[in-house]
Amino acid sequence: MSNEGRQVVIPGQILGEFPTFKPGRGTFVENQKIYAERLGVLNIQDTFINIIPLKGRYDPIVGDFVIGVVEEASASHWMVDINAPYPAMLHVHEVPWEIEFADTEKYLNTGDTILAKVLTIDESKKLQITLNDRNLFKLKGGHLIEFEPSVYRRIMGKKYSMIEIIQKYTRCRIKVGKNGRIWIDGDAEGIERVAQAISKIESEAITFGLTDRIEELLKKDAKDVR
Amino acid sequence: MKSDIKLINNEGKRNDGRGPKDIRKIKIEAGVLHRADGSCYLEWGGNKILVAVYGPREAVPRHTQNPLKANVQARYNMAAFSVEDRKRPGPDRRSVEISKVISEALEKIVLTEQFPRASIDVCIEVLDAEAGTRCAGLTAAGVALIDAGIPMRDIPVACAAGKINGQVVLDLGKEEDNFGDADLPIAISPRTGEVLLLQMDGHLTYDEFNEAFDLAVQGCHKISEIQKKAIMDKYQNAAAEVNE
Amino acid sequence: MTIVPIIKRDYIIKLAEQGKRIDGRDFVNYRKIEIETNVVNKAEGSARVKIGNTQVLCGIKMGIGEPFPDTPTTGVMSTAAEFVPMASPDFESGPPREDAIELARVVDRGVRESQVIQLEKLCITPGEKVWLVFIDIHILDYDGNLFDAASLAALAALLTTKVPVSRFLKDLNERDRDSWQERLLELYTIPGIDEVAFGTDVANKNPIEDFPLPMIEPPVSCTAVKINDFILFDPCFDEEIIADVRLTVATDHNGDIRAMQKGLSGSFSREEIQKVIKGALDNGQEIRKILSHSIGK
Repeated sequence: MSNEGRQVVIPGQILGEFPTFKPGRGTFVENQKIYAERLGVLNIQDTFINIIPLKGRYDPIVGDFVIGVVEEASASHWMVDINAPYPAMLHVHEVPWEIEFADTEKYLNTGDTILAKVLTIDESKKLQITLNDRNLFKLKGGHLIEFEPSVYRRIMGKKYSMIEIIQKYTRCRIKVGKNGRIWIDGDAEGIERVAQAISKIESEAITFGLTDRIEELLKKDAKDVR
Repeated sequence: MKSDIKLINNEGKRNDGRGPKDIRKIKIEAGVLHRADGSCYLEWGGNKILVAVYGPREAVPRHTQNPLKANVQARYNMAAFSVEDRKRPGPDRRSVEISKVISEALEKIVLTEQFPRASIDVCIEVLDAEAGTRCAGLTAAGVALIDAGIPMRDIPVACAAGKINGQVVLDLGKEEDNFGDADLPIAISPRTGEVLLLQMDGHLTYDEFNEAFDLAVQGCHKISEIQKKAIMDKYQNAAAEVNE
Repeated sequence: MTIVPIIKRDYIIKLAEQGKRIDGRDFVNYRKIEIETNVVNKAEGSARVKIGNTQVLCGIKMGIGEPFPDTPTTGVMSTAAEFVPMASPDFESGPPREDAIELARVVDRGVRESQVIQLEKLCITPGEKVWLVFIDIHILDYDGNLFDAASLAALAALLTTKVPVSRFLKDLNERDRDSWQERLLELYTIPGIDEVAFGTDVANKNPIEDFPLPMIEPPVSCTAVKINDFILFDPCFDEEIIADVRLTVATDHNGDIRAMQKGLSGSFSREEIQKVIKGALDNGQEIRKILSHSIGK
């Protein structure tokens, strides 16, 4: 199978010696030894030892596409929940509309859902997001479900293989936020089947042959496939 | 008089049949709750402990936020029905103290610098109590933190040793805790041996202390293996079953 | 405070318009109910109930104390609920807030007003000593419908509770002990008192052994919420937080209504209330079977 080792590691587990190996994501070094800092899967690229987390709250990175839910509208900005340890701020200058001062509620209000991008993160993790991009907009209709953020890569698949299979067999429009949220638009049955597929991916994230099994699952009651 | 009660016989057999270095039976299960970010259910002798972890999440109220790292808040609570004589719900002074020493132990081991202004909340509920609940609580908390994906230097583990009828033993049971001569609960980072929690009451000579301390550390290492197995059962082996 | 995305709310309503719910159930069905009794050794009775992902643990502790002055020969019961922070990111630590107090009082009334516990059989010495029954509800995991989960846990725990005579007998003086023995023999053979006690072994005449808490067949509570014009039973968390109004109805094995509680700030029409009562009767029967099964009947 792939050389992506599916070995589960736990915090404090020794992974290799420096400088034979180098510490990548999710690791720390003590006395020239590289250790895992969290629950995850071991992934060695060149000589870099990385840990791909299996669990954990979403940790924002600049440039991430996220699905946010507006918490409150203030005079010059909105506070948005992006399922991170911190709420994100969306400033009036970061939206494609011309907004009069204190008119923010007319455009986005509590409970509205948006597809946004992480703009800046400062040293104390204060977050700013933006809607200034053709790909970013307010979401309407459809359904919103949450998933374990650490399985984002599995949901997308290598070269988007997994998400494409899901879209193909359910004929739903799907937007996957890196922050553990998915927006799905389609008929009720299609939406239900997307939710089932996501749930299966979550529970079988570190297994082999998952893409094939998801395809099998979706093929079963698919009506017609282009 | 305390030492009148026979807790261990001349052959070293304790009232519950254990030898001086035997730990009570422990069972650990990770990821048992739905809402919490991480959770763990643990049985240790007659103890039944459930731990839930939420976080990292924004620390509230604002003034408690530390701009450089996350706060780790453990809340140890005993259910009203967990003890022989019903306990009034709500924190009492003992629970507050135990919450504090456990919080401090966990703060040292969690990589808090990765989450400034955040809070990692550890809720420890004692559902059935039988001596050693703080050690059981901290041990379960270690597993719940892993299950929540919290980055840590190591997996904290705790165990107590004590002295009964003049002899140093491991993992005191209820009777032994009530009528014994000394109680020494400790928590360590098993990888480095660093002591994260240490309390003692009773009467130990310097040599007895060293003996009890070493015994407790040995206990911790044994229990550490059970913690790791619980996590592997949930994550590695569950996946293996799918592939069969 | 969890903000409900408008999209989610609209989707739940859109599905309801098609007669569906987000977890695939129809409007009337309950999620999977699991009841496990005798789960806490220290408690005199205990039960853990799961309805879907909602999980509640109830423990019964007993003691001996003074009766209320106006009911000198009746045992005393009290109910408390802890909404511990473990169960939901929105539960804060601290003294019980109004939700927890409402829940405890509703469960309490459900047991007390229907006289489910035969408190008159729990007198030791009239005016001086009676048995005390403490019902403590501990919420472990919150995914909607705490009312039904909590009351079911309380009932299952009570129905498997053993009065801890053996432990307390030594604390009673000779006078109390004689009084207790007398009352036991008297109370358990008086004709007219409901002997078909649901779970009680009336034949036990030895006052030194622990014996089952004297109970009668209890009413079972069923909760529904209204979202727009749709009545949905056993709401999950997502349904509960967008609901306009909630109604809990407790019904007994004769098909009579024993308790009701409306919650949240919406309103019901007369017809809607009838609908909820009917659903509560139907579901109540099913849940009663599950309850009997769990206590070994």
